[in-house]
Amino acid sequence: MADSSHGAPGTSVTVATPDRELDEFENPGLPPHRPRLADRDRRAEKRAERQVALLFFISVLGTLLFFVGYFAIPLNETVERLRLQNLMLGLGTAFAMLGIGVGIVHWAKTLMPDHEVTESRHEIRPERDRQDAEKIVNDILDESGIKRRPLIRNTLLGAAILAPLPAIAIFRDLGPLPGNTLKQTMWDTGVRLTRDPSGTPIRASDVTVGSAFHVIPEGLNEVENKLEEKAKAVVLLMRLDPEELNPSPGRENWGYDGIVAYSKICTHVGCPVALYEQQTHHLLCPCHQSTFDLEQECKVIFGPAARPLPQLPIEVDDEGYLVASSDFQEPVGPSFWERG
Amino acid sequence: MKALSQRRRHPLAAFALLLMALLVTGGIYAAASTANEAQAQTTTFTADDVEEGSKLFSANCASCHGMGATGSDAAPSLVGVGAASVDFQVGTGRMPMQMDGPQAQAKPVQFTDEQIRQMAAYVASLGAGPAIPSEEILDASAGDASKGGELFRVNCAMCHNAAAAGGALTGGKFAPSIDGTSEQHIYEAMVTGPQNMPVFSDANIAPEDKQDIIAFLKTIEEQGSPGGAELGSLGPVSEGLFIWVAGLGVVIAFTVWLTSRSS
Repeated sequence: MADSSHGAPGTSVTVATPDRELDEFENPGLPPHRPRLADRDRRAEKRAERQVALLFFISVLGTLLFFVGYFAIPLNETVERLRLQNLMLGLGTAFAMLGIGVGIVHWAKTLMPDHEVTESRHEIRPERDRQDAEKIVNDILDESGIKRRPLIRNTLLGAAILAPLPAIAIFRDLGPLPGNTLKQTMWDTGVRLTRDPSGTPIRASDVTVGSAFHVIPEGLNEVENKLEEKAKAVVLLMRLDPEELNPSPGRENWGYDGIVAYSKICTHVGCPVALYEQQTHHLLCPCHQSTFDLEQECKVIFGPAARPLPQLPIEVDDEGYLVASSDFQEPVGPSFWERG
Repeated sequence: MKALSQRRRHPLAAFALLLMALLVTGGIYAAASTANEAQAQTTTFTADDVEEGSKLFSANCASCHGMGATGSDAAPSLVGVGAASVDFQVGTGRMPMQMDGPQAQAKPVQFTDEQIRQMAAYVASLGAGPAIPSEEILDASAGDASKGGELFRVNCAMCHNAAAAGGALTGGKFAPSIDGTSEQHIYEAMVTGPQNMPVFSDANIAPEDKQDIIAFLKTIEEQGSPGGAELGSLGPVSEGLFIWVAGLGVVIAFTVWLTSRSS
């Protein structure tokens, strides 16, 4: 291979001998070089040059269009202005990018030199190189004496293993540890169930059979880290015919007269499971189609979720409002390392 | 008070006390449950309407819903579903049902407005239920579209899609697109919870809030896309299909052009 001149234009070499004819192809070589229009015709060259410049100019216009859309179109109440601005930003960016890209390719194809170049493949892994490398490694082992001096070798190993440990301490300082926050929510004994987003409390009599309420804990709208708390505490409240619920022992009083509350956070990857079918009593997660059956304490009946949705134990307070009896009895949402 | 305490051993005292307790509980219950009561009957039905509706019902609906609308194996009882339910189901063509399936689908309406009103009158006469909403509460221009949008995203968007374009449920069921649905039918769907849709009673979403939701839906319906082609507002399904077909097509076309020789 090393001395082969395969592929050089016009010097096609045939290595086939009469007895090897069946094994090898005849190298066809490169097709004859064909000059392009722009190579032969001066006017065509000029025209190609103008075309490339025009494409670059279109790019300039695209950038200008973007800035006209960005600065010269003040947004007002109507969506028409927004639509016009979006159109100009999008088209402007598209023309700005495409103009440069298409221009460069057109330039390369029509005007840049187009002579064919061939390079032969160099020999793969010469034996001499491999021996050289082996010798270098052996020299290092010999000269450092690491085989003869186990004390040095072992202390080096120990040091190398310990040295990265400070990095763990530094990474730990990047933020507060999650602590117990993954296992607790805002729900607690006596916290009222309120409507999302208004935060008004819900009476048991408001929840008619077949209805679904989207629920947040009372006071959520006032807390500082509202979104973090909401992401854990959102609950879906539904009322069924009490006959259709089949609570397991110990969970009989977690609902109230057919009213049950379940965490809205999917146990798969945490999407809100809020698609409630009031006739089949199925809850569907829109992300990966995990389906939970309300009649079996939100057991998973389809899809990738591994655990049922956690139920929020509820009761009714003196004024007739629905309140939580306690926090969730298990962490809500998807699995995490320390969940246990 | 002294007079009262003197008579506390009167033979009728226990009876009087029981009566008082009943009145108080009943009064509190009535006050507490008014929120669940349907809106004041705004469409007034005459006895003739009920009579005509009864005939229409017997001829068109009773084969499934049973004589007297008490239900059968094939269809639920209609006692207490209210006039709103009839107006929605028949007014959108869902009833009478074309064929058995995962859910009744909208199709061309089979009855005149007058006939629908008469059937609604008949079903409303069977038991109290949500009434057909009044004109004032359906006026989208009087609602707050921004607040309605927030309520829509919390209560409706998970099934009906953030742009109200509809979406899939389980087992072939789906939440339909709300685009082009009349204000009255949107309102009635919320109060009656047709098919697998949960009921959003007035105690859950107050009538004024429902008006805000209608205002939001009508606003996004009128204003259209904020830029570019909507592709049905279906999100990754239609957008993904478009980019795989059209986007990859453009990439392939560019590749072919890139590697072709210039003439």
